[in-house]
Amino acid sequence: MSYTLKMKVWRGDQSGGDLQDYDVEVETGEVVLDAIHRVQATQAGDLAVRWNCKAGKCGSCSAEVNGRPKLMCMCRLSDYDESETITVTPMRTFPVIRDLVTDVSYNYEKAKELPYAELPPRDADGKRRMMQEDVERGQEFRKCIECFLCQNTCHVVRDHEDNKKNFAGPRFFLRYAELDMHPLDTVDRRSMTREQAGLGYCNITKCCTEVCPEGIHITDNAIIPMKERVADRTYDPLVWLGNKIGIRDKDRDSRTEV
Amino acid sequence: MTDTVPESPAAPGEVEKHQYDVIVIGAGGSGLRAAIAAQEAGARVAVVCKSLLGKAHTVMAEGGAAAALGNLWPDDSWQVHFRDTMRGGKMLNNWRMAQLHAQEAPERVLELEDWGALFDRTKDGLISQRDFGGHRYARLAHVGDRTGLEMIRTLQQRTVQLGIDVYMECTITDLLQEGGKVSGAFGYWRETGAFIAFEAPAVVLATGGIGKSFKVTSNSWEYTGDGHAMALRAGAKLINMEFVQFHPTGMVWPPSVKGLLVTESVRGDGGILKNSDGKRFMFDYIPEFFKAETADSIEEADRWYEDKKNNRRPPELLPRDEVARAINSEIKAGRGTEHGGVFLDIASRRTPEFIRKRLPSMYHQFKELADVDITQEAMEIGPTCHYVMGGVEVEPDTEMSGLEGLYAVGECSGGMHGSNRLGGNSLSDLLVFGKRAGDSAAAYVAGLSGRATLSDSDLATAQELALSPFTTSGEGTDPSTGSGTDPSTGSGTDPSTGSGTENPYTIQHELQQTMNDLVGIIRTREELEKSLTEIEKLKERAQHLKVSGDRRYNPGWHLAIDLRNMLLVSECIAKAALEREESRGGHTRDDHPGFAEKWGTLNIALSINAAGDGVDLATQPLPVMPDDLAAFFEEGH
Repeated sequence: MSYTLKMKVWRGDQSGGDLQDYDVEVETGEVVLDAIHRVQATQAGDLAVRWNCKAGKCGSCSAEVNGRPKLMCMCRLSDYDESETITVTPMRTFPVIRDLVTDVSYNYEKAKELPYAELPPRDADGKRRMMQEDVERGQEFRKCIECFLCQNTCHVVRDHEDNKKNFAGPRFFLRYAELDMHPLDTVDRRSMTREQAGLGYCNITKCCTEVCPEGIHITDNAIIPMKERVADRTYDPLVWLGNKIGIRDKDRDSRTEV
Repeated sequence: MTDTVPESPAAPGEVEKHQYDVIVIGAGGSGLRAAIAAQEAGARVAVVCKSLLGKAHTVMAEGGAAAALGNLWPDDSWQVHFRDTMRGGKMLNNWRMAQLHAQEAPERVLELEDWGALFDRTKDGLISQRDFGGHRYARLAHVGDRTGLEMIRTLQQRTVQLGIDVYMECTITDLLQEGGKVSGAFGYWRETGAFIAFEAPAVVLATGGIGKSFKVTSNSWEYTGDGHAMALRAGAKLINMEFVQFHPTGMVWPPSVKGLLVTESVRGDGGILKNSDGKRFMFDYIPEFFKAETADSIEEADRWYEDKKNNRRPPELLPRDEVARAINSEIKAGRGTEHGGVFLDIASRRTPEFIRKRLPSMYHQFKELADVDITQEAMEIGPTCHYVMGGVEVEPDTEMSGLEGLYAVGECSGGMHGSNRLGGNSLSDLLVFGKRAGDSAAAYVAGLSGRATLSDSDLATAQELALSPFTTSGEGTDPSTGSGTDPSTGSGTDPSTGSGTENPYTIQHELQQTMNDLVGIIRTREELEKSLTEIEKLKERAQHLKVSGDRRYNPGWHLAIDLRNMLLVSECIAKAALEREESRGGHTRDDHPGFAEKWGTLNIALSINAAGDGVDLATQPLPVMPDDLAAFFEEGH
């Protein structure tokens, strides 16, 4: 069953642009990205859009559909009324390059500042042993497909350009949490998370969690536990006293502070 | 999008230039692994890729990386893996590549863990391994059904950690050479349309496959055969191009997702195939070649998951070529589903908890895109173009092609998988040969005394070619062959000075239809001949493309450039398929069923023709396996 969908697509570049109207034939069961592709193939060959897998696995086709941050490939037309106009605009937090394509280099710059896993030598038989329950916490965070919708939505940077310098953003807090929860990792990066990544800027409004297409509990499972761990390290008087008199948090024994 | 992005597009005629020891084209598993190896070996390395870092096709791999770690089945060994791989490829594999792959895969997987990968675990805390088609033992290291994502993220993070330069959204269009050796590569920034050239004595092609030339495919827009075509044009040879893997299980409904991959893990974890009569039909399709190792009753097949010693593998886990053909036959015989597939059922076989735990991404994919709850109902699936076994012929130990300084790895190389690749052998292939190529490219460069230079005239030619879609003359074209729509420009100024008439999207669409209809899973002489005629017509029409808009992030222009590669590799596939008069692996000739003895020892090699506008074909003998390895295939093994 096909019908004519009314679309408004933002076209333009850094110097400006506007919403342009397109009427496009679509079929039941299609997604917004299908409609965009059809516009491209039949009406606007130069319509700029990023995409790769079209299956919600690569995180390339992030945009704002009727104002909501989404992956266009996972955004089904059947979720909208056939008579409804669908408006597609680029992610707002990042500078636009052209049409729906934005300059997401902020994220790649932040990625360069990240720490990495530092594991002890392997066991004598050349393998490593970790229990499934212990890797699962990190595995949740490694489901991240780097669509950067959380970064786009986070109000710390969405409306405050100057915060970008000091704030890694939810996507990368996942990485800090993942390493802190890695069963074999040897480094304690709590100070780093506060000072370098700017964890303190986050006031847990959970916007990032709401838009995550992978359903990662960014706030509850990564950010809040990291905030607690950082606070323990910095402010907890019992921890301070314990450190002072030589009673230490045993969980941290295998980690070296940086 | 790197530190090196120019502030403004280079002025007309100007080309941004960079010097490296090794450049790697493609940032999937094999490209990143090659870059890491070369950088660690002391070379100055750049990775150049069409998409953003972390988005390459590897990210879509689901099932796992095959490696004989022996974590669940201690009897597993590289020898067994080697034997499975060769038999899966119907003995047409390059034996040395299959050997190196089986021997080195375990260490390559463990290395990922050193770099932070978090694989699923066994009860003992080791890397868990899952069953897959054609593998005697559970062998695939995995993370649920998103193993490719884990692999690419691990390699990406390692790449960043090592400070390797990455040129993202930068498309290489041509290889450059001097004195019979590679000297670099030429391309454009997708963002600005500005041209860029790399001077490098070693170039590693890691560009993936060709699947975008087919209509129903699991592959993304990037899979336009760039590496295959550039290698051909640079004088290297391609082998095994007739062998295209149609994955048995792609989604068939809704139309938007037709072709989207459904991981083999569904079958590895207990899923079965049924036709519209509810019959588990794979027992009717066990070929003679695999009879001895395949269960012939439902009872035995079901016991195998727990007891591999005393039972044989279920027929659902035959190699992919066998399963895809069987599904195709069922559908043709009228026993297909409403939307032209068959049923893949795990709901009636495993608990919802097990399914959600082992196959989270499949659960999500069907729920979100098809309104199907796979823990409650069967999936509708059918074959989809997935992988090309063929690629650049390389020296097995170093991955160097016939052109000095040019290397090829992963899907764009040929030989490793013979006529059919086993599931799980791709991710491990990327790692094993990625590292080998990176090491040997670095060593090659270190041993050179002088460096080649880029010639201005070559750069000018490459530029002219890249810009030709804006300037093609429309002479001799028939305007009525276009799509009938006016590809109006949305924004920007139109620099097009030519009078081309053909919409690149229309040509691409017609090529995909042609390949799907005439060079698909079942082939005949008549259809293959017709496909070659059609491809010639499309090649002619592609001389007269019309591109709207300007050079800044213009997908229409990008496609126009990629089309040249798509057409060339499509011709390779159709020509080789016409030549090989037998059925083997990913090449099935309805008019020549079964193996032909003569073809069991021959490769088909393709090279660019004298005019540079098509390909020539030749047969060459397959390298002969030494006796100690050949012994694995005798009775009793």
